[in-house]
Amino acid sequence: MKQVLEGSHAVSEAVRLARVQVISAYPITPQTHIVEAISAFCADGTMDARFLCVESEHSAMAAVIAAASTGVRAFTATSSHGLAYMHELLHWAAAARLPIVMAEVNRALGPGWNIWMDQTDSLSQRDTGWIQLYCEDGQDVLDTTLMAFRLAEAVHLPVMVVLDAFYLSHTFEPVDVPRQNQVDRFLPPLVPRISLDTAHPRVLNQMAPPGVYMEMRYNIQTAMAQVPRRLTQYQKEFRAIFDRPPGDAVEAVQCEDAEVVLVTSGTISSTCRQVISDLRSRGEKIGMLKIKMFRPFPIALVRRFLGAARKVAVVDRNFSFGASGVFAQELRAALCNLDGHPPVFGYIAGLGGRDVTPDTLVEIYRRTQDCPTPPEESIWIGLNQEVVQSWYN
Amino acid sequence: MQEIRFHGRGGQGTVVASILLAKACFRAGYYVQSFPLFGVERRGAPVEAYLRLDTKKILIRSHVYTPDHVIVQDVNLFQSVDITRGLKPEGWILIDAPALPANLEPFSGFRLALVDATHIAVKNGLGTRTHPLINTAMIGAFARLLDVPPIDMIAEAIQKEVTSRPRPYVQAAQDGYANVHLFGLVNRP
Repeated sequence: MKQVLEGSHAVSEAVRLARVQVISAYPITPQTHIVEAISAFCADGTMDARFLCVESEHSAMAAVIAAASTGVRAFTATSSHGLAYMHELLHWAAAARLPIVMAEVNRALGPGWNIWMDQTDSLSQRDTGWIQLYCEDGQDVLDTTLMAFRLAEAVHLPVMVVLDAFYLSHTFEPVDVPRQNQVDRFLPPLVPRISLDTAHPRVLNQMAPPGVYMEMRYNIQTAMAQVPRRLTQYQKEFRAIFDRPPGDAVEAVQCEDAEVVLVTSGTISSTCRQVISDLRSRGEKIGMLKIKMFRPFPIALVRRFLGAARKVAVVDRNFSFGASGVFAQELRAALCNLDGHPPVFGYIAGLGGRDVTPDTLVEIYRRTQDCPTPPEESIWIGLNQEVVQSWYN
Repeated sequence: MQEIRFHGRGGQGTVVASILLAKACFRAGYYVQSFPLFGVERRGAPVEAYLRLDTKKILIRSHVYTPDHVIVQDVNLFQSVDITRGLKPEGWILIDAPALPANLEPFSGFRLALVDATHIAVKNGLGTRTHPLINTAMIGAFARLLDVPPIDMIAEAIQKEVTSRPRPYVQAAQDGYANVHLFGLVNRP
């Protein structure tokens, strides 16, 4: 049934419908509403699950690793410093091949202390072996969370469902919440590959010497490589059951004849759709490539949709110091071996919750149109020079 | 698309008002998007919340800069907050006031509507005299300004959202609807 739901609660509803058995989390703004609702579900019997209160995010991830090791469906949620604090165990969860799902609300890292939208927290976990899926609106949040469990349990890798702080987490909008029997059809009970049981003791994750470690890593990559095909397969099932399409790994919007293709992720994609519709009505040739799946990075799709593009403008709401925006890096790497690939302009916008408005996106489109080649590696949009000069430089 | 900005103070149910109005508009068949000012809320401090409504899916996800209308839950905020910031010409300003303010200058160029929401709240036993809960009276009054959403949809939304004792909140919304004074356009001096 369609109802007006906060983005955070779209996650909570999906977790309830997925019949998650163990949840462990530590509160942090702007993630807290997610686990608040789930803890209420556990307390009032709506969910038949254990909610483990812990003293830190590191312990929250340790608890869901332990729970998943016993073969139950496990979930956690965090943001920013909480995610950073989990870092060591993120590697562990992936290498132990545990199908954990985590909601990650994108928030800036301090100092300066900032609770607002910024992707650097999740993107700095890119090498941990987690699948990463970015959400565009409230419906996408719910659908992606359901899809995350299906994917995680198919390839035995953890999945991070990433949503924008406030723009999604605290925004109310209509969301179609499916019925339990629909979700049960889409998401059958977990068939664990690993299931610790005190009646049949065994040891997990022992020393892996040089003779086997490399093969274990190779297998993680093999599992990652399966994700695009699995996603396509589950999208079909999803559509048949829920009567709506779940988000594609990559979506090309009016790219064919575009002079400039903006590459976006998260809620910027939604605002960009509005910009495309406004500019196209005035005869401007603008397109968009929305990247939902960041890990595994959809190299083949990026090549297919952007290989023949004229100019590509990547909008990065994140930054890797000493390099560039992270999406721009990945995109350049994906395109570099293609003959005659388009120039890739890297734009940095909306860090630490700065608003990305339709005007911001129009400015990016125009600046790309006006330059034959990128004038610099990263173009920072809307910098206030007075503030720049007043701080360390 | 219409954009509405709510002004209030932490603890006045300003964000709740925006959500209730969003849910009522959704019941009336609109697409809605509602969110608070992104940040931290403190009791008594000025807060803002926003509502977008449209007959088609709302794609824009940036802040609201040029609202069509504003709802002001505390007129004293005029002293500290730029209430008409970005407000479109002839947009409605709905205030909680027992009578027309002596100084109409802040409203010039806009349409003014007033409702004695504090009186309505106290009469219905909502909150206390010093801390009345006026939010449902305000959104009930707002429904008269645009004829959107129908007051019945507001009543239904409150009934569903307020889990304990919804009746007086619904009554306050209906009283707000019945007693709002649409003063209209305030001419520039």
